[in-house]
Amino acid sequence: MGVEGIGASVARKEDKRFLTGKGRYTDDMSVPGMKYAFFVRSPHAHAKIKSIDMAAAKDMPGVIGILEGKQLQADAIGNIICGWMIHSKDGSPMKMGAWRPLANDTVRYVGDAVAIVVADSLGEARDAAEAVVVDYDVLPAVTQAVKALEAGQPQLHPEAANNLIFDWQLGDAAAADKAIAEAAHVTEMKIHNNRLAPNPMEPRATLGIYDSAEDHYTCYTTSQNPHVARLVMSAFYNVAPENKLRVIAPDVGGGFGSKIYIYPEEIVCLWASKKTGVPVKWTCDRTEAFLTDAHGRDHFSTVKMAFDKDNRITGLKVDTIANLGAYMSLFSSAVPTYLYATLLSGQYAIPAIHANVRTVYTNTVPVDAYRGAGRPEATYLLERTMETAARELGVSPAELRRKNFVRTFPYQTPVIMNYDAGDYEASLEAAMAAADWNGFAARKAEAAGRGMKRGIGMSCYIEACGIAPSAAVGSLGAGVGLWESAEVRVNAVGTIEVMTGSHSHGQGHETTFAQLIADRFGIPIDNVNIVHGDTDKVQMGMGTYGSRSGAVGMSAVVKALDKVEAKAKKIAAHLMEADESDIVIENGELKVAGTDKTLPWFQVALAAYTAHNLPPGMEPGLKEGAFYDPSNFTFPAGCYICEVEVDPETGTTEIVQFVAADDFGNIINPMIVEGQVHGGIAQGIGQALLENVHYDPQNGQLITASYMDYAMPRADDLPSFKLSHQNTPCPSNPLGIKGCGEAGAIGSPPALMNAITDAIGNNNLTMPATPQKVWSALNAVN
Amino acid sequence: MYATNYHRASSVQDAVRMRSAADESKYLAGGMTLIATMKQRLAAPSDLVDLRHIPSLRGISVDGTSVRIGAATTHYDVASSTELKAACPAICDLAHGIGDPHVRHMGTIGGSVANNDPAADYPAALLALDAVIVTNTREIKAGDFFTGLFETALQDAEMIVAVTFDAPAKAAYAKFRNPASRYAMTGVFVARRDNGDVRVSVTGAGADGVFRHPGMEAALSANWSPDSLAGVSVDPSDLMSDIHASAEYRANLVKVMAKRAVAAA
Amino acid sequence: MAKVKMTVNGRHVGAECEDRTLLVHFLRENLALTGTHVGCDTTQCGACVVHMDGRSVKSCTILAAQAAGSTILTIEGISNGGELHPVQAAFKANHGLQCGFCTPGMVMTAIDMIRRHGANLDEATVRAELDGNICRCTGYHNIVKSILAAAAEMGGVKQAAE
Repeated sequence: MGVEGIGASVARKEDKRFLTGKGRYTDDMSVPGMKYAFFVRSPHAHAKIKSIDMAAAKDMPGVIGILEGKQLQADAIGNIICGWMIHSKDGSPMKMGAWRPLANDTVRYVGDAVAIVVADSLGEARDAAEAVVVDYDVLPAVTQAVKALEAGQPQLHPEAANNLIFDWQLGDAAAADKAIAEAAHVTEMKIHNNRLAPNPMEPRATLGIYDSAEDHYTCYTTSQNPHVARLVMSAFYNVAPENKLRVIAPDVGGGFGSKIYIYPEEIVCLWASKKTGVPVKWTCDRTEAFLTDAHGRDHFSTVKMAFDKDNRITGLKVDTIANLGAYMSLFSSAVPTYLYATLLSGQYAIPAIHANVRTVYTNTVPVDAYRGAGRPEATYLLERTMETAARELGVSPAELRRKNFVRTFPYQTPVIMNYDAGDYEASLEAAMAAADWNGFAARKAEAAGRGMKRGIGMSCYIEACGIAPSAAVGSLGAGVGLWESAEVRVNAVGTIEVMTGSHSHGQGHETTFAQLIADRFGIPIDNVNIVHGDTDKVQMGMGTYGSRSGAVGMSAVVKALDKVEAKAKKIAAHLMEADESDIVIENGELKVAGTDKTLPWFQVALAAYTAHNLPPGMEPGLKEGAFYDPSNFTFPAGCYICEVEVDPETGTTEIVQFVAADDFGNIINPMIVEGQVHGGIAQGIGQALLENVHYDPQNGQLITASYMDYAMPRADDLPSFKLSHQNTPCPSNPLGIKGCGEAGAIGSPPALMNAITDAIGNNNLTMPATPQKVWSALNAVN
Repeated sequence: MYATNYHRASSVQDAVRMRSAADESKYLAGGMTLIATMKQRLAAPSDLVDLRHIPSLRGISVDGTSVRIGAATTHYDVASSTELKAACPAICDLAHGIGDPHVRHMGTIGGSVANNDPAADYPAALLALDAVIVTNTREIKAGDFFTGLFETALQDAEMIVAVTFDAPAKAAYAKFRNPASRYAMTGVFVARRDNGDVRVSVTGAGADGVFRHPGMEAALSANWSPDSLAGVSVDPSDLMSDIHASAEYRANLVKVMAKRAVAAA
Repeated sequence: MAKVKMTVNGRHVGAECEDRTLLVHFLRENLALTGTHVGCDTTQCGACVVHMDGRSVKSCTILAAQAAGSTILTIEGISNGGELHPVQAAFKANHGLQCGFCTPGMVMTAIDMIRRHGANLDEATVRAELDGNICRCTGYHNIVKSILAAAAEMGGVKQAAE
């Protein structure tokens, strides 16, 4: 592998700039003449806009312009759309209500943008925004999805009767019903997957620059997928044609899904730059982020799991209601459907599965993909149910899982997925050994002596990454293809630039992608630059989400490298008068196997560009591009074990150990992969223990709109984690990679909730398991 | 933040004069609450009078059990004072648990006391320690000083210059932090004098702010032991209820924190 | 508007700003020192931590005017030429950062923490001391590891010099 090749824990190339304060995030950008934007937002969850009076505000100091939705509409800027079509089981298409970038008649959640103020300073913009008088006719609001479906509730969009967006199903209802009817045992549960705010530490920001001389727009933005942003803003929002719009996502401070989407602010700042004639920068504050960043999760489900007399699962039936908020965000429809119900087989052989999913409008900010996106909801539902079943059946949770594991591959589930490789038993065994599962009883007894209640829980997760191939996702309703692109540009003296359509917002691509090149050609990673995040520099790409950069983005690089290598070998063979098939590349040299003939890498590159002596008919240069469309999803899986101590006096849960055993296929940089798992677990623990978005059900006000009320995981909420890997290479891509970005957030919540409910002896507990809830649950059984 | 005018005072007289010169002015000590509130546009003082550069407001003096803490003394300086630790370690522990290290480097005892946030820590200590709040014009007993949520006995332009108290024989503070804000969701300070007098004060829980609990004080006066609190009831009807903790849960926390404070004292 | 003067990273600097200007905005916008970040609006995340007169503070909750006359050290001022400060080096070696946004505040916090605790830091103390800094990427695992490694390294250096 070499010290910098595949499999090496290489320290990150990008770290120095972040560690020395030289990172360049969107809010760090400054251009001559730049002004500041502040958005006038709805203080109501649901209201008609009767009038907007800007007269006083326009006279405020420093104000350059104030623009409202009617002007945006007059300029034919389009509605924000959802890019994944789902059809209800009756065949009707999903009911997409209009989402104006600036509301011009109705506001539907607290924070809905109404107008933009551009001023010399941010303080002045905000001062003037407060002086804009919006006269609202306040309407009743509904924030909870289950309630929004009931008769007589406030209606958000005329297209969607009873706020129902679609009523969709997957699997065989009759088969699942039959299994339940004939079961020896049925475990039933109600499962709530709590609503979360993604909270990347860098708040969203955008800088819109209109150049009137060129009639050209530049958009700096905090995006996980700048090309998708450009595509959508060109093709659907009518901001500018693609050749007149450059989107740059520079250093981006975390995303976790929330920066996939194209929000009103990017569109409006670009448009406002043209209208006002100045570059317009907007930076979200944290409260605005809570109000306007797409949230995650928010599912209510009922589940029935059927077992035969041997404790084998014979059927699963799930009914889910998913809250999509006030409008349909870009991928919102895919999350509770194809990213959720398709994973309901888990690691288990379940002959009959049926899922019904209803999605619902409410007066809350839109809900879309957040780290894991659908897969955490599926895993939580299944793994809480498995744990509960084991308790009801009186068998150990490990035994029940072992009995039902899928053991032969490929395995076709009844819910679309075809698992290609895995060894679930290996991860289970590794996790149980690392956690000293067998020693738990003694630890529990010791804790009891100190007055503490100790519990242990496990979760065996599977997820699907690298969603593909494009034709398949297209047939499921996706508006885009989910391939990836790469271009490998070898410079004349052998250094290399790689243009990738993937985007790094913390994942370390500048290092791991460079490791691929170091591995292939034996040149130092310092001689390799990874270029991403700029539509002017990089060919069309699809960006980073769904743990796809390794499995899909790197595979595109591999394809391009194959072409570069082939051409380099042809040149080397020609120069060394050898057969092309005898050329090998080692340690930065091209060699004729079995001889002492060698050419340094840089000389071959130089030969390609001097073009003085190339094989007959060969074009000069050494630069190749590739598009890679995977043949299948990838299926990372693993087993997580959590051990807790609950303080019965206060209900406080302390995580005393957390073990993760993951199968990610082949790994490029173990240090970075472990970092991804750490972060994912922390977010999963956050969901299970701390985090919850709370809207006031009466008036739709967001109560948890800052870190004063939304509990973010801190260092002292978490333990150090014990990780291990049991890797079965993925057969569906050239590197054998499965993806690791979301696993931690998917596998951890049920392990933690299984542990707490084990500790307190009460299974009736919802996330987040706050001290008060745990204390109440304890009192309920005592 | 709304526009404001900044003034820096170099003496107490200077500060009072600056403060009196503008109607909507406020004293600015560490600013860890005031600036944070102004950022949210929830406070809009026309003028700020900075007290950080008045030497007489800073510093700790201990004479036997007699303690004086200057109003502009930071939480960090209280937490790390060796002479204070010898006289009354409980207040050092309390200061060490306020906010975070950076907040402790700026935030001051005077600022905290003057603000009287119902979830602040110092009010519980001062009430239980029977402290005296010394202002530029008078001395106010803690029991008379804290008058309600964010309300104190301070008059307009009156300024806290120091806090004084007589260190008790035993004292401790136990806090249960709000998982989000990390402020006290319930904090209990217990103090016991050599003569057997006991004071128990509670912050973070009371619907009207910091309060003493006579029932627990009586029980602990009779028998200074965590177990003696078992039979004492805490009435939830006087307590706050919010999305983090119901009044009933806070009532439980009051007892548990009191027990733990007594055990630690 | 008033002219605010202070010493930042060893340089005497001055700039006109409104009295309501926060120190973090003064650093970022008047001095173009954009390494200090703003991650929240409630004084909790710590992305804005700098040192003022030798102590770590949250520059989002201090007016530039309050800091006038003081000595400020920011993330841009801690490495010695091209050489990383031991805390920076430890974060790199231990993968103590991912997206990098909280990193300047974490590093400035770690330096202050090590100044106060020296090589006596243990994991529980580091975790408690990180109360005022939020990271969403790392789960803190490698941040804790980085700080402990830096403390050992710096403690070792101190001992060697004594």
